[in-house]
Amino acid sequence: MRLERREHRPLALVLVTPLVAVAVALAIAGVLIAIAGAPVIAAYGELLKGAFGSRLATTETLTRAIPLILTGMAAAVAFRAQVWNIGGEGQFYLGAIAAAAMGSEVLGDLPGFVQIPVLMLTGATAGAVLLLIPLWLRLRFFVDEVVTTLLLNFVAILFVSMLIDTVLKDPLGFGWPQSEAIADQAMLPDLVSRSRLHVGLIIAMVLALLVWFVQRRTVFGMQSRAAGLSPSGARFAGIPLGRTLIFVAMISGGFAGLAGAIEVMGVQGYVTTELSPGFGYSGIVVAMLANLNPIGVVFAAIFIATMFVGADGMSRAMSIPAYIADVTVSLSLLSMLVALFFTQYRIRK
Amino acid sequence: MSALMDILASAGLWGAVLRIATPLIFGTLGALLCERSGVLNLGIEGIMTFGAMIGWLAVYNGADLWTGLLVAAVCGGLFGLLHAALTVTLGLSQHVSGLGVTLFASSFSYYVFRLLVPVAGTPPTVEAFEPIALPGLSDLPFVGPAFFTQTPPTYLAILIALVLGYVLFRTPLGLAIRMTGENPHAAEAQGINPMRVRYGAIIAGSALMGVAGAFLTLSAFNSFFPTMVQGRGWICIALVVFSSWRPSRALLGALLFAFFDGFQVRLQTVLDIVPYQVFLMMPYLLSIAALAVMARRARVPQALMQPYRRGER
Repeated sequence: MRLERREHRPLALVLVTPLVAVAVALAIAGVLIAIAGAPVIAAYGELLKGAFGSRLATTETLTRAIPLILTGMAAAVAFRAQVWNIGGEGQFYLGAIAAAAMGSEVLGDLPGFVQIPVLMLTGATAGAVLLLIPLWLRLRFFVDEVVTTLLLNFVAILFVSMLIDTVLKDPLGFGWPQSEAIADQAMLPDLVSRSRLHVGLIIAMVLALLVWFVQRRTVFGMQSRAAGLSPSGARFAGIPLGRTLIFVAMISGGFAGLAGAIEVMGVQGYVTTELSPGFGYSGIVVAMLANLNPIGVVFAAIFIATMFVGADGMSRAMSIPAYIADVTVSLSLLSMLVALFFTQYRIRK
Repeated sequence: MSALMDILASAGLWGAVLRIATPLIFGTLGALLCERSGVLNLGIEGIMTFGAMIGWLAVYNGADLWTGLLVAAVCGGLFGLLHAALTVTLGLSQHVSGLGVTLFASSFSYYVFRLLVPVAGTPPTVEAFEPIALPGLSDLPFVGPAFFTQTPPTYLAILIALVLGYVLFRTPLGLAIRMTGENPHAAEAQGINPMRVRYGAIIAGSALMGVAGAFLTLSAFNSFFPTMVQGRGWICIALVVFSSWRPSRALLGALLFAFFDGFQVRLQTVLDIVPYQVFLMMPYLLSIAALAVMARRARVPQALMQPYRRGER
């Protein structure tokens, strides 16, 4: 028996791969649920009910998917060019605090149609700047950006914690460390009334389409793909490698920062250090499940959001630790890696 | 200024240096061993978390402390086996696979902990390792209480650093590991099986990472809580680069790092106008600075992150 590299992958296989990976992850997580002493099928029933069982549940799940689409795109765009941006979490927080600071300290009473685009741009810029530091260290000093982006996550969160404890602290926050809220007109409008679901969903989906178009149809898309496939080949073909990677990093960090800004503008209105339950890290799983395809990112984000929101319901109904969601999500990343391997190779007798 | 001198002259600081350094020594040696064979192991953060949880859990359920460390080592080795299967047998991206192992190991730790230990206001504790004064040496003025009154795992960490240095540079096994990390094809031509060497190095290295975590819950503290590893694993990965893949320098690097960390904690109480977050940022910024200074100079194992397939270039 030996492995043989496939010449091309049929579309059906590409579409089925993540489904198989998720099924395997759910099966293994099922064993863990059984060990916890709960009926597995009923537990997954509660999970679905928790995620989609009511109007409220469905809108909550979609609300949760919005930052995941954006952080997923941050990872997908970067990974495609072999820029290992694991710093989505830090970029998310920096984007959030930048938007909150701009909204509450600078823009004040300006009308919404001015504030909303300015705040989104501010958040994206902050995220992009944070990723440019590790990229600069890579291009200038040959430092692996995986470690530096990971370390900067801790720095960024401490930085945000410091700001909301001092200069940006809300004087009306009863002493809690939180930033001042942005103005009402700077909040993103609701998509569905009497819910938290906001137009950020549309923005994220449109951006996903845009990225798909850029990657498929533009010179820059081709260049960033080439930079990832073979840096030396790309250089030989006359592609400006450094410049391409800088653009990729700006887009990637920008998406993660935008995710933070949109979470502030769409849901909470202000920043605490509990704004993100690991959106940055989950974004990596989203990107891998989507096989780095921007359209796939939307679906993968909805799946992950389903797991997190549904697991809360399941945990309440069945007394299974809600961490089962994190376990399932990480297992789906691992099984997706294995599944991808088998789509690239086939077994020959 | 005199406040600074007081900090530097206190035996408390120097005693803390070794205590802070111990998990970093274990973790850095583990990561170093993996990388010497050619495989980056980013599972470290999660494996440390799992080691911290399972070692603590074993002791909480009646095992003695050394058994706790052993359980953590075995479980660390099992996660190493998983990483090896993904990166050596399947040859998958070492970056993504390692992150996957970290995400899985840490979320699995929290799940098991939440399942088996009831929620309580204050986390339950165990009787942790007691410091042991080395006879003779601990009576030395200043140096004694600072360096020779530590818990047993700390002495073990230093011993392992010396042993690993010897094995890597003075034995045929070490040569096989280093050769596999530099040029697996050449190693194979010498009759070495690169796959087996990598499996062994990753499993042994991950076992050390498990012990690194268990030190936190069985010696430095006496309870487990989520996110307690706090990026120490990533710091270890940076320390490997800083050490230029040498165990002796890894030991020095961890001590140097722990010195700055112990110093900044004590500095916080003196400079209380500066927000405490600035001090907490220091270890991470220091790691990044160390990487920037050393990365270009370091002699990276040439086959690091390159999957090996027989007969394929």
